[in-house]
Amino acid sequence: VLSVIVFLPAAVAAVLLALPRATPPAVFVGAWLAVCVADLALVVAVWAGLEPTGGLQFEQRVPWIPTAGISYHVGVDGISLPLAAMTVVLFGACAVFALRETRRVKAYVTLFLALQTVSLGLFVALDLILFFLFFDLSIVFMYFLIAGWGHGERARAAALKFFLYTFLGSLALLLGFILLYLAAVPHTFDIVELIAADPLAGGGAYAGLTLLAIGIGLAVKTPAVPLHTWLPPAHTEAPATGSAILAGVLLKMGTYGFVRIAMPVLPDTWRQYALVVVVVGVVSVVYGALVALAQTDLKRMIAYTSINHMGYVLLGVGAAGMLAGGDEQARRLATTGAVTQMVSHGLITGALFLLAGVLYDRGRTYDMAAWSGLAARTPVLAGGFAVAAFASLGLPGFSGFIAEFQIFTGALPVAPVATVLAVTGILVTAALFLVALQRLFLGPLRVPDAPGTPRPIADLHPSETVSIVALLALATVIGLLPRLLLDVIEPAARTLVELVAR
Amino acid sequence: MNGMNENPAALIPELLLLGGAVLGLLLGSWLPRQRQWVVRVLAAGAALAGLVATAAAATRPDEIVFGTSYAVDTLTHATRAVVLVAVLVALALSVEATAGHRRETEFVVLLQLGALGTVLLGGAADLLLLFAAFLLASVPFYALAGWDKRRLEVEAAMKYYLSGAFLGVTMIAGTAILSGVGRGTAYGPLRDGLAVAPAAAVGVGLVALLAGLLFKIGAVPAHFWVPDVTEGTPPAVAAIVTTIPKVGGLVAAYRLLLVAIPADGPDWPLLIAVLAAASMTLGNLAAFFQTSVQRLLAYSTISQVGYLLMAVAAAGRAELAQPALLFYLAAYVVTNLGAFAVVAALPRARTLDDYRGAARSRPALVVALAVCLFGLIGTPPTAVFVGKLTVFTAALDGGFAWLAVLAIVNTVASVFYYLRWFAPAFRGDGTDAVLEPGGRWATAAAHGCAAAAVLLGVFGGAALPLLTEPPAL
Repeated sequence: VLSVIVFLPAAVAAVLLALPRATPPAVFVGAWLAVCVADLALVVAVWAGLEPTGGLQFEQRVPWIPTAGISYHVGVDGISLPLAAMTVVLFGACAVFALRETRRVKAYVTLFLALQTVSLGLFVALDLILFFLFFDLSIVFMYFLIAGWGHGERARAAALKFFLYTFLGSLALLLGFILLYLAAVPHTFDIVELIAADPLAGGGAYAGLTLLAIGIGLAVKTPAVPLHTWLPPAHTEAPATGSAILAGVLLKMGTYGFVRIAMPVLPDTWRQYALVVVVVGVVSVVYGALVALAQTDLKRMIAYTSINHMGYVLLGVGAAGMLAGGDEQARRLATTGAVTQMVSHGLITGALFLLAGVLYDRGRTYDMAAWSGLAARTPVLAGGFAVAAFASLGLPGFSGFIAEFQIFTGALPVAPVATVLAVTGILVTAALFLVALQRLFLGPLRVPDAPGTPRPIADLHPSETVSIVALLALATVIGLLPRLLLDVIEPAARTLVELVAR
Repeated sequence: MNGMNENPAALIPELLLLGGAVLGLLLGSWLPRQRQWVVRVLAAGAALAGLVATAAAATRPDEIVFGTSYAVDTLTHATRAVVLVAVLVALALSVEATAGHRRETEFVVLLQLGALGTVLLGGAADLLLLFAAFLLASVPFYALAGWDKRRLEVEAAMKYYLSGAFLGVTMIAGTAILSGVGRGTAYGPLRDGLAVAPAAAVGVGLVALLAGLLFKIGAVPAHFWVPDVTEGTPPAVAAIVTTIPKVGGLVAAYRLLLVAIPADGPDWPLLIAVLAAASMTLGNLAAFFQTSVQRLLAYSTISQVGYLLMAVAAAGRAELAQPALLFYLAAYVVTNLGAFAVVAALPRARTLDDYRGAARSRPALVVALAVCLFGLIGTPPTAVFVGKLTVFTAALDGGFAWLAVLAIVNTVASVFYYLRWFAPAFRGDGTDAVLEPGGRWATAAAHGCAAAAVLLGVFGGAALPLLTEPPAL
């Protein structure tokens, strides 16, 4: 079933490639939408069939390169399934949003479908090389998306920077994987076998280097300060849907890697260096929030809040590795919160970037100074943005609150100073979102006079409304009825915490 | 020494190459210019038959034939298979460039003879045969470099020939020293002889001998001919001389170091590791700001040799070294020939800027180019990725962690210049005059190689167990 979910988009992309270029764009976007609906139905079916306490399920394993211990091994548990579901939802929202895309739709849709396969594949991969394959391909496809559909010449420079930076990260990751492979007896790249074998129990320099290589690789992608510098230009120059996927899905690949690989495979080393992770997390939280506050460019601001939000995830997973002073319950809470934060950030930031895309579509600029008093003209846009902003800053009733509350509660006993510092991040983000809301939507009406801009600025089109509202509605549902999600995540988080503590 | 093993049946693939060349030369002398394609078809037939014979031979147990001079083992089978496939691809991608040329027959015959020398390099288990194979793999390619007799070509051929002659003399000196102090030329006895020989003499002899092989594979410091020959010759010729000899040279170096040099002798793994590091780094740095596609590819091949040498450095110390070397060679040959096939398919586009807008006017070719260039970078799921993965693993396992880290840094750096070639394709509208297609065969070769690079990457892993059998003694 999982293989079908993963490769359905790729198969459809292959069919679409064979169609002539003159085919109407609606056919391509329609096919993409259909794929998302089908994938969503399959994911829901898997979700219904998932036994939350049953560990990895729906597994499939086929030998691929047996000499090197590589197999095609996929499976889901309570950690990966919510992320896969979030991925499908976000791609679906982007597909709806893309109904208004007019530039080279065929290539655009095939790239997105390929990206969808890669993203879903990553979240269900249970083999390090399979994981790496998807990790690397996500960079390649995203490069084309930014370079091809971004905003002009600067987009290519940003895409190149993105590619080089994250590619370096991915190769560091590969180095770490090879070190793990060589440490295991018998040599294997299989994550499940590596977890069972725990080849580097007892720590040491070799284990430290392995975690360092893997950690750098994942931290670049997350991105954690100080490895984050590729992110703001990439986000600013990417098309709206590309930004949404980049922030919503690709960033999760980094944090998911920590949860799926680094923590359970290297438990001793993880505990040893958990404090480093916590510190990096808190620095990302505070630094991301402060730099975001200083931005005048809306999209850059959202990009920096992503760094801030990913910092919370690192804080959570780092706290899960600190045994001293905390009981198992706290660590479980922190882990659950971290996974919830990944899902929640995907939905909310996805919506925020789509909203920023709408703004750019209307006025060809992200500069917040160019806009003012939009609430009177575009009430739906203003309302959507307000809801997304409040969700993003962690207001109760939205998914972000559930996630951050759990992270803080879990992290407080083990790392009180760090947690208190991280809470200030919430204050700063609250301030910056309120300032942004005020600048953009209140006050006297002012819109940029770019040539060719349709003068009476239009509110959200139906396709834009549907995609954005769907994401926000889901974030609200999770905020109001968190058990739907937590019932699946918690047992898996418990297993993970036990693995880290062994 | 028994005379029973002088069985020509063990050498059918080699004999087919030789027969094809001789028959082709005779036939070509009598054929009118427009019908020389018969020679090409004959060569392709010989290569195909050679592949079948190789497959059949691979099912038989390993042996050493003709005294102790020639090994028929996994290394040789793999060399044969890779070289013969490369010959087929080279024949295809050169159709438009050479068809109807007054020296078309010579092109095909020289290709076959050079390929024969390359295969012999891979199988040679005796110093004298190794040197003879070196000559046979070199002389036809010198001639091939000057085949079209244009000004740049003649210059390139001269440079190629002079470096080859100089390093060839060094190599024969090394052969003399090693056989003198080791009291033998066959690898097996030589190993015992060298174990008691003076270490300094063994070291000097080995370095001198390796000089010739480094020239063949175009590795630093014997790489100076590579950029000039690659840029000065037509794409078809450049593809051949930067691809085919590498197979034989690397396998020969691997076999020589593993079989003929005693384990407690000179520290050759370190020497090879340093050469590998120098090749990948210098090749990459020089490739950075090239504007000619063929020159860029030339430096790219130098850096690729660096990665390949990593597997040689790990020879005997890591289980994966041999399958890694052979698989990477196969992957490299397919991918590199694919990139050259794209160049051959767009013969007017000589600089990176000429590819501007190619995505619009030649989308299919650009896809093939993308696959080949991302393949050379080593992006999964292409074949070179599996090659790099196994090579890096072998290097780490062999104790060369620093080399693996350097290779990773180099890989990232290489992204930059491959993208410099490839990114303009998506900008603006191509001037159709520059992007005029070169013909169906070159295009087909490009697509075939790109497809093969992906298929080999996805399914080729299953072949790795077949490549692990150690060399025959």
